[in-house]
Amino acid sequence: MLKQKLKKEHLGLLFDKLKVTHGVLGPKVENGVVTLAEIDAHDIPSGYEDHQQPGGYRLIKGERPEIFSFSIGPDSFKRFLQPPLREVFAFRRAAGISITRPGAEQRPLAFIDMRPCDLSALKLYDRIFLRGPVRDPYYDSLRRDSLVFVLNCLYPNDNCFCPSMGTGPEATDGFDVALTELSDSFLLEAGTAKGETVLAGLPAGEVDDSDMREKGARIELCRKRIKKFIRAGELPGLIYRNVEHPRWAEIAERDLECGNCTQLCPTCFCNSTYDALGLSGISKKSYQVSGRRMRKWDSCFSKNFARVHGGNFRPSRRARYRQWMSHKLAYTMEQFGLPGCVGCGRCITWCPAGIDITKELEALKSAR
Amino acid sequence: MKRPWIGVFKFTSCDGCQLSVLNMEDELPDFVSLFQVAYFREAGDMPLRGRFDIALVEGSVSTGWQKAQIIEVRERTRHLVTIGACAAAGGLQALRNWADIEDYKRLVYPSPDMIETLPCSTPVSDHVYVDYELWGCPVNCDELSEMLGSFLLDRKPGIPAYSLCMECKRKGVPCLLVAKSEPCLGPVTRAGCGVLCPSMERPCYGCFGPKEGANIGSLLEAFRNAGFSSHECVLLLDKMNTYAFREAGTGEGRF
Repeated sequence: MLKQKLKKEHLGLLFDKLKVTHGVLGPKVENGVVTLAEIDAHDIPSGYEDHQQPGGYRLIKGERPEIFSFSIGPDSFKRFLQPPLREVFAFRRAAGISITRPGAEQRPLAFIDMRPCDLSALKLYDRIFLRGPVRDPYYDSLRRDSLVFVLNCLYPNDNCFCPSMGTGPEATDGFDVALTELSDSFLLEAGTAKGETVLAGLPAGEVDDSDMREKGARIELCRKRIKKFIRAGELPGLIYRNVEHPRWAEIAERDLECGNCTQLCPTCFCNSTYDALGLSGISKKSYQVSGRRMRKWDSCFSKNFARVHGGNFRPSRRARYRQWMSHKLAYTMEQFGLPGCVGCGRCITWCPAGIDITKELEALKSAR
Repeated sequence: MKRPWIGVFKFTSCDGCQLSVLNMEDELPDFVSLFQVAYFREAGDMPLRGRFDIALVEGSVSTGWQKAQIIEVRERTRHLVTIGACAAAGGLQALRNWADIEDYKRLVYPSPDMIETLPCSTPVSDHVYVDYELWGCPVNCDELSEMLGSFLLDRKPGIPAYSLCMECKRKGVPCLLVAKSEPCLGPVTRAGCGVLCPSMERPCYGCFGPKEGANIGSLLEAFRNAGFSSHECVLLLDKMNTYAFREAGTGEGRF
């Protein structure tokens, strides 16, 4: 596959090319946080450093010389490929039932700095929504035309643990183009024919062995900077052997059940549908109603999530936390053959109570 | 379809939730064509008579007269729905539940002897059976519409009892507690307002009351770790839903 270099000052050319056909999504600072939005090359918050800890996030202007000097913020691709709230269809029931699906979709999307951890989550999404028991037509339509530029990581944050999950800091497959920021340029490696087409026509620099060595050295340095790890080799047994461990009850005392971890987790895919149907959708003749079937992100931390006819099968906070962590670290692998946790650490950073999944798993190792 | 009779009642409150009914604007024509409005203090002078299929009750019970009145409303009504923080949790005026009402009377009124009031302001559910509680200070128009529409269709309203954080995340509003150490009540507060404050970079004040299974103790611990004193934490929770937050905190009305 095609490999070439792009001078850093030419990054704008890549944006210009992509913008003709795609909405280009990348990092941007909003309210003191690196978020994901439709951007131009100059919006990239170069030089900013994010400091993350359990329950804490701070963005500061630092000294790092790289353009991509920061790690991941709260957002991931899922906000765009499986939006938090969307209309599935509009319905009207009079003599019969009529269904109207929403019109033409937006422009295809190009993700300009998807990180290797999120790319692994994307693979899980593809497995679930494209190759699961039911294909999701909405996801399919957005995903089919999307372009994925994975950015190999240089600076992890203190909550990253992708090496434990085998998902980073370097991406090996599943991308259209892989970017690695070198000292004077970007190394671009196409992963698909679609990716090669994008690279064609850009001012290309020749790639030699020293560039590949620099890439390797930079990623190795990143790997060394990662501070957290989990015993992935002992999963899923570690969870299954400890379903009655007293630690679950201790976590429940701290657990806020706000749902932040699930909403920001790039692999959490649960959603619920409901019919939005206010007074304006009801006619005086009771058999005439109209409304919209909506789909929104949901969370296993919501009590209502496990409420079915006759009762709730996860009535306690302890049961709900255990379900979440077990799904991340054990069941997903058995369900889909891919890890349910990609080691991005978002659930640790954005938990207001600072609950750290790596520490909680470690605690299950301790004697009961 | 027979138009159900609706009554909108007011107890101790600011009238804001009744105004939310009137603020449904686009849906007001639907409201009056789908319901027969038989009693609505904020909207017109109608005598209280007959029976109601649904009653919307705003305000807390804070006088002896109201204790009798809420029972009368309940007896005349098939489905009683409270609207707003006062009716669901006693409101801001429930702050007096932890103080001496005689002190307050002397402090505020030139002739305290003229004031007839109970020592505590209490939620409607302390007095009569409540079929459904709509939270908020004031209630949200969309939730009102959803609740009224669900009543007509005989279905359960699709109004979530989970945290405000869920709405915040959906909107992509960065967490004020995590990114700025702001004392945001979002993690223990019900969703429903549409993220009014956090989207303006102001922490949540808890207008929608405690969410289902709110873990107040853990959030206060997070506030203390962010540098707030225990006293400041109590003040944060002591607003329009003080009674409910205190109860959610320990189940005993204390922290």
